[in-house]
Amino acid sequence: MSEATLPHEMPSVYEPSLFGTYSKKIGMWLFLMSDSLTFGALLYAYSYGRISTPNWPTPFHSESIVNATIMTAFLLTSSLTMVLAVRASTEGNAKAQRLWLLATMACGMGFVLLHGREWSKLIAEGLTLPVFPKPPGGETASEFVNVSKTVPQFAATFFGLTGMHMLHVTLGVVYLGIVALRRYFIPILLVFWLAAWLGTPAYSPFHYGAHVLLLAAIVCSIILWLKPKVYDSSDVEVAGLYWHFVDLVWMFIFPLVYLMSAKIL
Amino acid sequence: MATREFAAHDAHVHAAPTSWIRKYVFSLDHKVIGIQYFFLALTAVFVGMFLSLLMRIHLIWPAAALPLLGEIKPETYLTLLTMHGTIMVFFVLTTAPQGGFGNYFLPIQIGAPDMAFPVLNMLSFWVTALAFVVMLSAFFVVGGAPLHGWTGYPPLSALPAAGPGEALGADLWVISIALFCLGALMSALNFITTTLDMRAKGMTLMRMPLTCWAWFITAILGLLAFGVLLSAGILLLLDRNAGTSFFVPLVTINGQLTGHRGGSPLLWQHLFWFFGHPEVYIAILPAMGLCSQLLSVFSRKPIFGYKAMVYAMLSIGFLGFMVWGHHMFMSGMSPYTAFAFSVMTMAIGVPSAIKTFNWLGTIWKGRIRFTSPMLFALGFVSLFISGGISGPFLAQPVLDIQLHDTYFVVGHFHLIMGVASIFGIFAATYYWFPKMFGRMMNEGMARWHFFITLIGTYAIFMPMHYLGMAAHLRRYSQLTELKYLHGLVPLQEFMTYAAFVTIAGQFLFLFNLFWSMKFGEKATDNPWEATTLEWTTATPPPHDNFGGHIPVVYNGPYEYSVPGAPRDFIMQTDPAILKAH
Ligand code: HEM
Ligand SMILES: [Cu+2]
Repeated sequence: MSEATLPHEMPSVYEPSLFGTYSKKIGMWLFLMSDSLTFGALLYAYSYGRISTPNWPTPFHSESIVNATIMTAFLLTSSLTMVLAVRASTEGNAKAQRLWLLATMACGMGFVLLHGREWSKLIAEGLTLPVFPKPPGGETASEFVNVSKTVPQFAATFFGLTGMHMLHVTLGVVYLGIVALRRYFIPILLVFWLAAWLGTPAYSPFHYGAHVLLLAAIVCSIILWLKPKVYDSSDVEVAGLYWHFVDLVWMFIFPLVYLMSAKIL
Repeated sequence: MATREFAAHDAHVHAAPTSWIRKYVFSLDHKVIGIQYFFLALTAVFVGMFLSLLMRIHLIWPAAALPLLGEIKPETYLTLLTMHGTIMVFFVLTTAPQGGFGNYFLPIQIGAPDMAFPVLNMLSFWVTALAFVVMLSAFFVVGGAPLHGWTGYPPLSALPAAGPGEALGADLWVISIALFCLGALMSALNFITTTLDMRAKGMTLMRMPLTCWAWFITAILGLLAFGVLLSAGILLLLDRNAGTSFFVPLVTINGQLTGHRGGSPLLWQHLFWFFGHPEVYIAILPAMGLCSQLLSVFSRKPIFGYKAMVYAMLSIGFLGFMVWGHHMFMSGMSPYTAFAFSVMTMAIGVPSAIKTFNWLGTIWKGRIRFTSPMLFALGFVSLFISGGISGPFLAQPVLDIQLHDTYFVVGHFHLIMGVASIFGIFAATYYWFPKMFGRMMNEGMARWHFFITLIGTYAIFMPMHYLGMAAHLRRYSQLTELKYLHGLVPLQEFMTYAAFVTIAGQFLFLFNLFWSMKFGEKATDNPWEATTLEWTTATPPPHDNFGGHIPVVYNGPYEYSVPGAPRDFIMQTDPAILKAH
């Protein structure tokens, strides 16, 4: 399918855009608005549960907090590299743009890896949902076992909120990958999927989480088939908006979910 | 800001497809997608109507054995009302006016060659269609379709063991709703961007037809509301399948603990109605916009108070997000909270009344042409008043204690949301059919259809108010067994007979639709002598809507009977406006 593109002088046939910018960017802002309500509803559910539960537990050890702090650092760094990618794209420096995008993706993957590892550890210690497969070795008599039993809302909101956020980061990495490498990213995605799926034991969150990548690969293939285009600096900027938003959401989740449930409290 | 310069608009134009499948199935053309949405809704409305017929039959002959289906059991009755409500609210009232007619006519009315994001547009249709298939499939799985009502209140909706249909059927229901949310979000984003960015030169915001304003505001409501329903749906799925307890407190089923504890059904109610109230306006706003349009066109008069209409719709949209608690007066909320929600709710009556008076002002002393679209627009106003007047009663917490969960509420929302917006859809069909399919619909059949539907729906839904005041509960199937309701059985029978007639009338519509596609009188480009842009282009419009150019707009959309003008209407694209001041 070929795209008949309007030459750039053509826009004068329209009324000036209300926000003086291009449609894709407005579209992304609108998506972020609705996504913030989606997250807002989840945060509301979390606060609702927390307020209505007497003796909300605060079980996170310093280890978890340190881990989450490193994750935060990864995300903050990724925002920086994303800014650099956008700058490189406006300067028309395709190579630097690609490198910074890949760096951003690397930070994002670092975040997801640390986060998934944290999940496995918590699940092994007994903070779990009934649906998660039991890791071998039985439960240690940790405080988390007790928390899961007495305040099931704790695990539910923790996994619900961070899971939804992790999904957003993962899809963000895929999104950046498509912008940076276009269809060449699809095979890479499939390799990641297979590696995560086959390379991890059945009880690992990565094992069942990996299928998100397969789903993403399918959806991306359809979209690329419908719209086989070369991404330009505007696409990098729009992808950046999404990425920064996902970072911003973490800046709510980190204090609300981790810090406010730290052991010292 | 960055120093680079962007062309203010992306390239929205795409070449006309050549293969059959890209032209009619996976089309990027907003007109094809609009027609696809329309037929999706048409299918859905007949499915939903069939379910309602079964309900009406069961209500007066609970023991009747139906051919093929056998006897309707009480739990089957709950299944019927759940699927009826869900299909009608989501796949008809949300789909047809916005996805169908909005998709087809928003770009044309603002002078754009297509939507801002054609690929997204196509995806949103197919996701919605998938959602519909998933919803229907709930009928065919073990246990059948769910019985928790269109509002999906937990714990019933959250516990697979809570009843037949609450197992796999309810999962499919939630998945379908979540998919629908995704489709609606994509489409909302597209509508807003298109309206902001793709208006032809001269089509300032305040020159947009009120239909476009209505679609635009509806899209904003959709963008903000469906994201919340999506979250609620995800949490419900987790409760059902991951063992979480967001919505489920410590409950037992048949004396057995369910394993859930600590959750709150009220959380669902808050999330659901935060979506649910804006949703009722998502269903009605496009009909309001259309009705304003038609009253002006067929009274040959400018709309009365254009700006007031715009601001009224904006404030309805804004206030619509602050009144969700009026669905929860009976949930044990603090009387102070209830008072606040009550005041806010009645405040919505103000812009609603402004709109109604403006409609009356528009037809006042007009040279009215009683065409079929006009009849349906007038019917809309009538239904909007009759259905809306019960709203302020329900908005009183004290009265609502009696009326909540009775047929009074059912009467209220069927008149205003059900039938009024369906009238909007009918009006839109009769009005735009010539542009979409190149032929006129048969006027005689249309009139019969109008009078049968108007009288029939009043006959079905008006008596519901009396039933409600007599404390007839809604969602209750065995009414013939309740002593205190015996006196009302004849009324129920009357409603069922009225339903038979009304439903038969809808087949007349269906017949007219398909018959006119083939045999209708050929339509001219502007059969109604209206001013907006869709009537300046060919019938049906070419792939890029205006045949290679983008129109330039000089006038507002309601220049009718302008003194001194050669005709009694001036097209929006007419440069020479002769206005006698
Ligand atoms: C000034 C106008 C309105 C007021 C004051 C009003 C008030 C209310 C109240 C208080 C309820 C809750 C009753 C109860 O459950 O006990 C209600 C229910 C409802 N209203 Fe309205 N309403 C108005 C207009 C509308 C409009 C315009 C629509 C739709 C287009 C609508 C659709 C509904 C629906 C669908 C329900 C019932 C939902 C359910 O429980 O299944 N209302 N209304
Ligand atoms: Cu409401």
